[in-house]
Amino acid sequence: MSLLEIRNVTRRFGDYTAVDNVSISVETGEFFTLLGPSGCGKTTLLRMIAGFDLPDSGQILLDGKDMVGTPPEKRPVHTVFQTYALFPHMTVADNIAFPLKMAGKTPQDIKNRVGEALDSVRLPEFGNRFPHELSGGQKQRVAFARGLVNRPRLLLLDEPLGALDAKLREEMQIELINLQKEVGVTFVFVTHAQNEALALSHRIAVMNHGNVEQIDEPSKIYGFPRNRFVADFIGKISMMNAQVVEATPSHLKLNVGELGEVITAGREGIKAGDDGMMAIRPEQVRISHPSEEPRLKNHFVGKVHDFLYIGDVTTYIVELSNGAYIEALLPNSSPGRATFFEVGDEVGVSWRHDAGIFLND
Amino acid sequence: MIKEAPRENRAARYLVSGPPLLFLVVFFVAPTLIMILTSFRFPGEFGGLAPIAAPAEKISGEYGFTPEAYQFFFSDVLYAKIFLKSFGVALATTLICLIMAYPLALLIARSEKRFRNLMVLLVVLPFASNFLIRIYAWMIILGPESAFSHFVNAILGAFGLAPVTLLFSPFAVLVGMVYVHLPFMILPLYTNLEKHDASLLDAAQDLGATAWQRFWRVTWPLSLPGVFSGSALVFIPVLGMFAVPDILGGTGDILIGNLIKDQFLGTRDWPFGSALSIMLTLAVLSVAGLATWFARSATGQRA
Repeated sequence: MSLLEIRNVTRRFGDYTAVDNVSISVETGEFFTLLGPSGCGKTTLLRMIAGFDLPDSGQILLDGKDMVGTPPEKRPVHTVFQTYALFPHMTVADNIAFPLKMAGKTPQDIKNRVGEALDSVRLPEFGNRFPHELSGGQKQRVAFARGLVNRPRLLLLDEPLGALDAKLREEMQIELINLQKEVGVTFVFVTHAQNEALALSHRIAVMNHGNVEQIDEPSKIYGFPRNRFVADFIGKISMMNAQVVEATPSHLKLNVGELGEVITAGREGIKAGDDGMMAIRPEQVRISHPSEEPRLKNHFVGKVHDFLYIGDVTTYIVELSNGAYIEALLPNSSPGRATFFEVGDEVGVSWRHDAGIFLND
Repeated sequence: MIKEAPRENRAARYLVSGPPLLFLVVFFVAPTLIMILTSFRFPGEFGGLAPIAAPAEKISGEYGFTPEAYQFFFSDVLYAKIFLKSFGVALATTLICLIMAYPLALLIARSEKRFRNLMVLLVVLPFASNFLIRIYAWMIILGPESAFSHFVNAILGAFGLAPVTLLFSPFAVLVGMVYVHLPFMILPLYTNLEKHDASLLDAAQDLGATAWQRFWRVTWPLSLPGVFSGSALVFIPVLGMFAVPDILGGTGDILIGNLIKDQFLGTRDWPFGSALSIMLTLAVLSVAGLATWFARSATGQRA
C-alpha cells in the first residue's frame, strides 16, 4: 500500500478547473516532486494534501485512510511554506518546539528533540535567536527543522528554495537531500524549477493545466518525455515536424520536412504514417567542420545562426537547409578559445540514431 | 546603520521639525511649568492667585510660595479614594473596551479587503456628531421612562428583583466611558491585526494547533503592541474625563476630572486644582512607564 494515494482528485474554482482528475501514489521514504508552471494546479494539490482545501471529487488517502474529514491540525502531514512562515515572536527554539508542544510532548522530551533538530540543520547555537536575526538560508533551515521535528508521515514543501539566490539554493538542495535521507520522512516537493526537480527527486509528476502529463524518474522525464509539453518544459529541446516512415520496436525512421530521413529511438504505440515532432536535446547534437567525414547516421549541414557563450559551454543555433533551427552544445574544452565557430560558418550537425525522440502529441 | 546626514540635510530636518517643536514648547511645556508654579502658591481671596511678592499696601491674606495644596491633598483620605476610584473606572473601561473591541477588530481585519474601509468608517462615524449630544442621548436611553430601562426592570422583575435606576449611577458612567472610548481601542487593534501574515496561522494549524491555540499562541502575542497602544489611548483620557460623570453619574460618582474641574470653576482654588493635575500627571506617567516596561518584557526583545 502506498503511503499517499491521490485518487481521481478534481478541484474547481468557479469555471476554472485547478486540478483535473489527478491520480498519484507516493511511496514511503520517497522524495516526490510536483513540477509545473505557475497555475498548473500543483499548489492547489499540495493544499488539499495538507487539508487546507478539499477536493470536489476524488479521494486523498494517507496510509489507506481517507483524509476528507480530517482537518489540517489532525493530519500527520507538515508543510514547509514558501515564505517559511516562522513565528516572528518566538525564538528559533520555540519555533521548532511548536509542533511538539501542540502534540503534548513533555518539556524534557521537547528540549532534547529541539536540540537534535537544531544539530541536524547545523544551527546548534541559534536556539535563542529570533527569526528576524537570521539570514535567508538560516530561516530556511529552521523551517525544515520545524517541519521535521515531530516526524510527520509526510512533509510537504511548497517551493521552499524559491526565495534563495542561486548559489545558496544549490547548497540547500544538497542539504535537503541529505536531510531527507537522514530522517527518512517522505517528501512531497512542489516547484516550477525543472533543474531543482531533476536534482532532488526520486520521481517527478509533471503537471500542466490541472493534469498530470507524466510521472517518472528524473532521467526518464528528461530523456523520454511523453509529450511535447514535458519535452519543452524540462530542459532545452529542438523540435521539427516529422512523419513516421517505418516503425520497429528498436527504432523509427522519420521523414523530416525537406531535410530528409532521420532515425530515432523506437517508441511503443507508434506506427508508420503517424504525424508528430522529431525532438533532440542540444547536448546530443554534435557540431563539426563541414569537411569532416560523417560518422553518424543522422548527419546534416547548416549555417551558424547565432551562438551563446555561457562559460562552461557554448550553445550554437544552427539553421538547417530546410530553414529549421537546431541547437547544439559544445563544451568549452580549451580556455583560450571561447568560440570555435562564428556566425555564418558552414557546419555539420549530427546525432546518434537513438538520441532523437518522436512525439506525437 | 544610518550614515551621518550631510549638513544641509540636517538643517532641512530642523526646519521641518521646528514648528511642531515650538508649538509643544509654547502650549505644553510652558503651561506645565506655569501649573507647577501655581500649585505652590496661595489662592486669591476671590479666586485666582495671591501675589508672589508682598503687596505694597498691607492688606490681609497670604502671599509667596507654599506646599499647602499638597499637604491638603495628603491630609484627607478622600482624595486618595477618588484617585483610586478613577483608576478603577479607567481600568474597567479599558478592559471592557478591549473585550468588546478585539472581536470586532479581528472581524474587520479578516473580512474582504473592499469592505474593510467601509467598516472602519462606520467605527469612526459617531465622531461626526457632537460629543455632548451623544452623551445626552445616553441620558435618554438610560432614563427611567426609556424602553431600555423598562426592559431591564421587566427582566429583573421576572426574577423577583426590585427595579433599578440606571441613570446617575456608576453603571451609567461606565456605559458612557466605554461608548465614548471604544473606537480608540478598535482602531489601533485593527491596524495591528490587519498586518498579520495569514500564512502564520496556516503554519500553526499545519503544525497541529487548534483554533484556540492558534489565537492564543500566534494572534494574541502578535497583537500585543496594538493592545497596549489601544489601552493607553483609552486609559489615559478616561482618567481625566469629567463630562461623562458630570452628565451620567450621580453625586457620588465624582472622579478626578470632576474634582479638578471644580477647583477651577467651582470652589476657585487654583493652587489645589493645579496640585491635583500634577498628581494626576505623575500617576499617569508612572502607569505608562510600568506599561512600557511590561510591554517590553511581554513582547520580547523584538525590534
